[in-house]
Amino acid sequence: MTGVASKRTRSRFSVDPVRDRWESAPPWARWVVYLLLVVGALLLPAQGIGNIMAPPESDWPTMLSDQIGIYVLLGLGLNVVVGMAGLLDLGYVAFYAVGGYTIAIFATKYHWSFWETLVLAIVTASLAGVLLGAPTLRLRGDYLAIVTLGFGEIVRVTANNLNYVNGPRGIQGIPHPPTLSEWTVPGLDVQPFKYGLLDSRPYYYLLVFFIVVAIVFVKRLERSRVGRAWASIREDEDAAELMGVPTFKFKLAAFAIGAAIGGSGGVVFAAKQTSINPGSFTFMVSALVLAGVVLGGSGNIPGVIVGAFLLAWLPERFRGLSDYRMLIFGVALVAMMIFRPEGLWPSRQRKAELAEGSGGMGSMGAEVAGPGTAAEVTE
Amino acid sequence: MFSDFIHQFWPSTIDGLSLGAVYALVALGYTMVYGVLRLINFAHADIFMVGTFAAMWTVKTMGVSNLGGFALVGAILLSALVAGTVSGGGAVLLELVAYRPLRKRGASRLAALISAIGASIVIEQLFATIVVPKVFGLPKEGGKISQAYHFVHRTNVIDIGPIKVANDRLIIFVGAILIMIALDQFVNRTKLGRGIRATAQDPESAVLMGVNIDRVVTATFLVGGVMAGAAAALYYARFEEAWYFAGFLLGIKAFTAAVLGGIGNIRGALVGGVVLGLFESYGSSLFGSQWKDVVAFSVLILVLMFRPTGILGESLQQARA
Repeated sequence: MTGVASKRTRSRFSVDPVRDRWESAPPWARWVVYLLLVVGALLLPAQGIGNIMAPPESDWPTMLSDQIGIYVLLGLGLNVVVGMAGLLDLGYVAFYAVGGYTIAIFATKYHWSFWETLVLAIVTASLAGVLLGAPTLRLRGDYLAIVTLGFGEIVRVTANNLNYVNGPRGIQGIPHPPTLSEWTVPGLDVQPFKYGLLDSRPYYYLLVFFIVVAIVFVKRLERSRVGRAWASIREDEDAAELMGVPTFKFKLAAFAIGAAIGGSGGVVFAAKQTSINPGSFTFMVSALVLAGVVLGGSGNIPGVIVGAFLLAWLPERFRGLSDYRMLIFGVALVAMMIFRPEGLWPSRQRKAELAEGSGGMGSMGAEVAGPGTAAEVTE
Repeated sequence: MFSDFIHQFWPSTIDGLSLGAVYALVALGYTMVYGVLRLINFAHADIFMVGTFAAMWTVKTMGVSNLGGFALVGAILLSALVAGTVSGGGAVLLELVAYRPLRKRGASRLAALISAIGASIVIEQLFATIVVPKVFGLPKEGGKISQAYHFVHRTNVIDIGPIKVANDRLIIFVGAILIMIALDQFVNRTKLGRGIRATAQDPESAVLMGVNIDRVVTATFLVGGVMAGAAAALYYARFEEAWYFAGFLLGIKAFTAAVLGGIGNIRGALVGGVVLGLFESYGSSLFGSQWKDVVAFSVLILVLMFRPTGILGESLQQARA
């Protein structure tokens, strides 16, 4: 680690100076920053911020809860699979759908409560991850990509065709989570634990809670034996296997954990919307979440959060451009990848890996180190 | 269920073969780009979509209808030429704008994949918001142009007992096979084809042996684009509809076909396309047409479980192509 860090490149937009400060900061200072970040996240739905962040016709807290919060949570989940274990999953939406449909079925047909279905949905989503992973995780890279894409479509088309879940009309009347407390924050007009129809903020707080739990969980894993095993699989699967890492087992674990996080996102989504239909679970969701992960900096949690935030926020913010907003969005995606292929905020380790070789996901073929390219990559 | 299947066996087979031929043509574009760049060219589906609009534009401009016999062959040939040119040009442009800068910077394949998804959104939206309203004068949203300019008069040209083959199906299948033979010859017999194979096998050695990589990549995209354009013209003759989002499902099916046959393998694309087309067709007569996509992807997962590199294996590299 120190070896690669010393010869890292310093580009103009590098976050390395900040990172150096961060790494030498005393623990109490880090905890203060963590606390400030959480408080900042909780204050985010404020009207003053909304005036800048949301277009006039949109409700900022609803944007936060329906788009941004969900995408950040999904981004964190997909980051486990793509960023940490280096498995290309193009059908991540399937697990989101499994979570959503689990609460829809069990809450409307069997009258389970929100919290019971949450647990169940996490279990079913990770089972779905294992179910998909067990036969397919022996495949390499792009084969896995198309198989996961196919699985995502299978889930959506099946939901669309089954009468049990009302086909394309979907399931309505999913109950909101039960109110935990009528407590009102003093001085503010918000009841953070009362989940109703009108106020989106409680759902956003719930998502913040999920996101914080996911971050802590994933961060702990990253620093453990599991995380090191994932990094070794990402870098060189054959070498990892030879060193005694049971690669299949760890890949399956990455799939299951990523799926569980995606499933929990689906539960909140369904409970907030009170209805779901297969139209919400298209390939576009998988593509956007993946784009968020890569745009932010695959493998780096703060980067992924920023990336997913931007991807969910930008198209909503510029609704005013109506017809052309997706066009501009696509152009921005291509431009971002051209000018900063490693993402906005890549992890230091990943950057070093990229400079040294393939960065886990492998580089494109026909990319031969000519006079120009070699200098630019390794500098 | 099974009586339907038996009753529908021959029509399903013929539909499956003609659809599979279209899949195979589009799959060739995926497979060649993958062989050379190790990149899933997501925007290839939209290059195909551009081709369907070019074919529709040709039919609209010719102002013909109810064609049969050789007039139909001529019309499809002309629309294939136009669509092939437009799609081929589009594919080359796509490579220049969305992939070449990344390649020069040594970006990861994941970044290239996101760039591909971005490019795919751009092409779709260009058609949805600008081309469809401006060129065809149709409303922006939705914009599915169905049966607007139909020109095929369908008759059965082969009629042997239960086997009835309509003229459009026959033209599609024969046309696709001819194009694929031409491609196979191009890759195996020409100097540029050898360059493509060499690059797929080992880019660095290829450069050392004097292969111009940039030219090889451009040629690969051009050939892939022309194939997609030709496939689009054939597809248009069969379904007579164009939609800015039409590339998506067809694209993932074609990519599935490429993987099924063994990605990077040109003959594999043909096998994969036909197998997928047939299974899809049989699947819809067995379980109902709403399940055909599920059948297609399940076949993919099952095949890859037992043959992890596809039916014929990966082999653009191994000189056989």
